[in-house]
Formats: sequence, C-alpha cells, structure tokens
Amino acid sequence: MAALNWLVEPLSYGFMWRALLAAIMVGIICSVIGAYVILQGMAFFGDALAHIILPGIVFAFLLGWPLAVGALIAGVLAAVGIGALSQRGELREDTAIGIIFAGSFALGVAMLSTVDSYAVDLSHILFGDVLGASRSDLWITFGLGLLVLLTVFAFYKEFMVLAFDPTLAKVLRLPATFLRYLLLVLVAVTIVVSLQTVGVALVLAMLVTPAAAAQLLTRRLWTMMAVAAFIGAFSNVVGLYLSFYINIASGPAMVLVTTGIFVLVFLFAPERGLLWRAGRDRRKERMAG
Amino acid sequence: MPQLFPQHAVHDESAPTLTLEHVSVRYGSTYALEDVSFTVNSGDQVAVVGPNGAGKSTLFNVITGIVKPSRGAVHIYGSGPEGHICVGYVPQRNRIDWRFPATVFDTVLMGRVGKIGLFRWPGRGDRAKVQKALEQVGMAEFAHRQIGELSGGQQQRVFLARALAQEAQLLLLDEPLTGLDAPSQQAILDILADLGREGVTMLIATHDLNQAAELFSLIMLLRRRVIAFGPPKEALTTQTLREAYGSHLHVIHAADADILLTDTCCSGGQPPVGQIIGHGSEEALPHYDVSHPDRQTRR
Repeated sequence: MAALNWLVEPLSYGFMWRALLAAIMVGIICSVIGAYVILQGMAFFGDALAHIILPGIVFAFLLGWPLAVGALIAGVLAAVGIGALSQRGELREDTAIGIIFAGSFALGVAMLSTVDSYAVDLSHILFGDVLGASRSDLWITFGLGLLVLLTVFAFYKEFMVLAFDPTLAKVLRLPATFLRYLLLVLVAVTIVVSLQTVGVALVLAMLVTPAAAAQLLTRRLWTMMAVAAFIGAFSNVVGLYLSFYINIASGPAMVLVTTGIFVLVFLFAPERGLLWRAGRDRRKERMAG
Repeated sequence: MPQLFPQHAVHDESAPTLTLEHVSVRYGSTYALEDVSFTVNSGDQVAVVGPNGAGKSTLFNVITGIVKPSRGAVHIYGSGPEGHICVGYVPQRNRIDWRFPATVFDTVLMGRVGKIGLFRWPGRGDRAKVQKALEQVGMAEFAHRQIGELSGGQQQRVFLARALAQEAQLLLLDEPLTGLDAPSQQAILDILADLGREGVTMLIATHDLNQAAELFSLIMLLRRRVIAFGPPKEALTTQTLREAYGSHLHVIHAADADILLTDTCCSGGQPPVGQIIGHGSEEALPHYDVSHPDRQTRR
C-alpha cells in the first residue's frame, strides 16, 4: 500500500502527469533513433547537433515563437550543411562539425545573454525543464515523435542496409544520399522534441545510452530498438520519481538512471557482459588445464 | 543524383555480361586505372591479380557503378551499370562491423532489399529465396545466429548467400579467402565451383597467384592497365609478371626452373606477403607464405 502511494502521490500534481508523459515519449523516440545513431557512428554528430540548434531556439524565444519551430529550422539547416561540407571532402567531417558546433553554440549563448532572465533560461535550455512541460508541448512532442517513428518504420530495411553496409546500399541502387539526409533530419527532429525534457547538454545520453545497452542484449535490429525504447522510457520514469522524492534536477536524474542501467548491462549481459566473458574464459582455462 | 525510385535496367541477353571500353579512372593527377578494356562472357570466372595498389578495388567500384570512369564506358548486359541490381559483391571481411544487430537470416535478406522496393516488406517469396541461398552455402542451420558469432569462413559464406539471394548474375569478390584457414578456404572454393557450374559470372580479386592459376580458367593481371588477360598459362609469363610486379619481382634461375620471388599484397591493408611463385616448370613449386602462419602450405 505504501509503495502504491509512493507511486501515485506525485501524480496528484498536474505538472507531474505532463512530465511523466513527456518523459515516456521522449525516452521511446530517442532510443529508437539512437539505435541508428550508434550503428552509424554518429554519436559526436548528435551531440554537436544538439548544441548547434541553440541559436534557433533563442531566436524563436526572443520572437515569441514556439521554441520547436526555431530549433527545427536551425537543426535541419545544420544537418544539411554538415552533410554538404563533409561530402566535399576538403575537411574531415569531425573537424567541420567541431567548427560549426562551437561557433553556433557561442552564438546562441551570446543571443541569450541579452535577456534579463538569462541564468534561468540558460539552465533550462542546457538541462531541460520537464516539470514545466505544457499541454501544447506535449502535443508537439507527440506529433513530431509519431512522424519520426513512422518514418523509421517506412524506411526500416533501407536504413538497415545503409547502416550495415553502405556499399551494398549503392550496389542495390538504394537512394543512399536521400536516406542519409533523411536520417540527419530525423536525428535533428528527435533532439528538438527532447530539449524540454533533458536539455542540450544531456540529450546525447538519451540517444546513445539506451541503444548501447540494448545492443548488448539483442541480436536483431528491431529487438534492439524495442529493448532500447523500453530502457529509455523506464529510466526516464524512474528518474522523474527520483527527482520528485530526493529533490534533484529531473534531466540529470533520468540520465543517471540510464547510465546505471547501461553499467549493469555491460557487466551482467548474458554472453556479452564483462563478468560473463570473464567467467567463460575461466571455464575455458579449467577445461584446458 | 540517384533517383528516389530508380528504374531497373533491362538486360540485352545477346550482349556480353561485362564490357569495359577504354576505361580510365583518375584521382587528381594519378591514374588508378588507365585505358582498361576487356570483355567477360556469361559463366566466366576471372581471377584478378596484381600488386598492392594495382587498381583492383577501383576496378570493382567502376563495375558496380560506385565510381564513375573519368573516360571510357562500362556496359553490363549492354547498358551502363547505374540501373543494374544484378551485380553482387562480397566485401572484404574487415569492412564490416560484426557487432551489428543482425542474424544470418537478416543479413542474407538484405540482398533482397533492392528487388523488394521502397515501402514494401519482404514477402514469402523473398524468405524462400533467402532460405534456399542459405542451404546452398550450407549455413541454413545458423540462420538465427548473430553474424558476429560465426567463424571467418562462415561469415564469408553468409555474404555469398546474400549475393545469391540478390540473384546476382555478376559477382565481385574482394579477397574472399584472405585470413581463412585451409578448410574454410576449401569450403568457399567449393561453393564458387558450384556457382561456376550454374553459369554465374564472377571476378575474384586475390593476391594468391598460385591459387588463381590453379583454380580459375581466366586470369587478369592488373597494374593500372590490363597487362595480360587469358588462361593462366598464357597470362602468367616471366615477361608479364615482371611487368606487373616490377621491382618487387626477383627472378632466380634455379637448377630445374625459373623461380619468381615476389611481394604481392592485398588491398585490405595487410602486411606484404612474401610469396614464391613457380613458373617455367611443369610441376608447380611448393607454396610458401610467410605472413599467414595459420595458412597451411598447400600440397
């Protein structure tokens, strides 16, 4: 009974309901797209993209637009820009990203520093403010999230070939360039819908960590996505309760729970966990000796 | 710019499987391929040999249409390579991330993605073709293993099955035997022989001249240009080998035969392979391979 109370009590606050829904949706969307992010080796790109869209957010904020609109425009511009820069081959892709990443972030912070409530706004943008999620925020998250998931579903087999063996994608005459840009745009949209929940600085954890844990537990792409989505949503819910009861910031709480789950999986995953492999080596030695 | 919904090319069955006409590929000021012309007919099995950097990978990329020739033209069944989905390729094993979450079945099914088309899901026919391809390479019982859980030879067989499921009529294999132990090599060679009997056309890049001469009816000696192309006895002479391997080649006049001592290599970045190749006597000389201690001396 006490446990049930512990679970139910926070939900008597409207803001907790909304936060809970936002946390679950973001956990699912980020983790599914995150599977492609880690399989394509795009972790650094994802982190950079989250910082790059800051000026777009601040711009929208200053003009009184919905933040997602500004972020989306900046995100799509940056994704296409980076793709174009690195395709020219004059710069290494990580160099190009690094330059745009830092410059763009500085621009965003500089723009934000002109506002009176600078410190509060900056901390919300950096670390999220899930408890402040409004009803319309939830609808935006739901709409964009559904769009992302449907696109992933529609291009499932093409994205899989592209991630696994880009040469095969070309040999099978798949529209590889189009698919690559589409994936960049999907990552950008996902980051935008996650900002309210975890913020610019921590969104990378939502993209990478549940997917990485899921990869150690599964052997097929769709099961990896499903397990990642579960881990993402579960850790966000647990993180939200932790933040309510022990009074820590909600974004970092969610990320800490995900990270904890990853460490557990890394140690104990059957077949591929650290302890399992150590045990197998020892069994082998005993058999040999 | 590739089309979003590419039209797949129609084959002119009277045309040769593969024709290259005066193909040159230039990167900056250096030529990777220079004035390459040859014709491969249906059912031919061609071993492509040459020193490291001879342009074997570039040649394959031109044939698949990934690299556009700076000059000249590639024809597959009478038309340019762009529209064809009949070109299968087996990648070098070190190009693949073996931790990728895909089972053997999933991997082979990927070969069908071009035929299935956008916004469709694999049907019963596709699954049946995957199953048949797996049986053909003897990997059916491993269908539900994750690809990283296989041995090197098994992984190579899975990629062969992928090309079979794709119903490839022209198969490009990049160093398919590199790094495999002798029984695994034999298993791959048996499958290639089977495919040859079925009339599948293939080009196999290899750095093992002995194996090439022994197992394939046609040899292409490549060093930017085609130095020789024909049956092993005609293609591999002291003259052509010296031309292909240049300063890497040393001719030793032994009592019973000329011995050619050469550094050959693979394009996969492995260390140079010291190899003694025999020529000029009826009996092949023993094969000696210093950089692959796991590979057994043949015969």
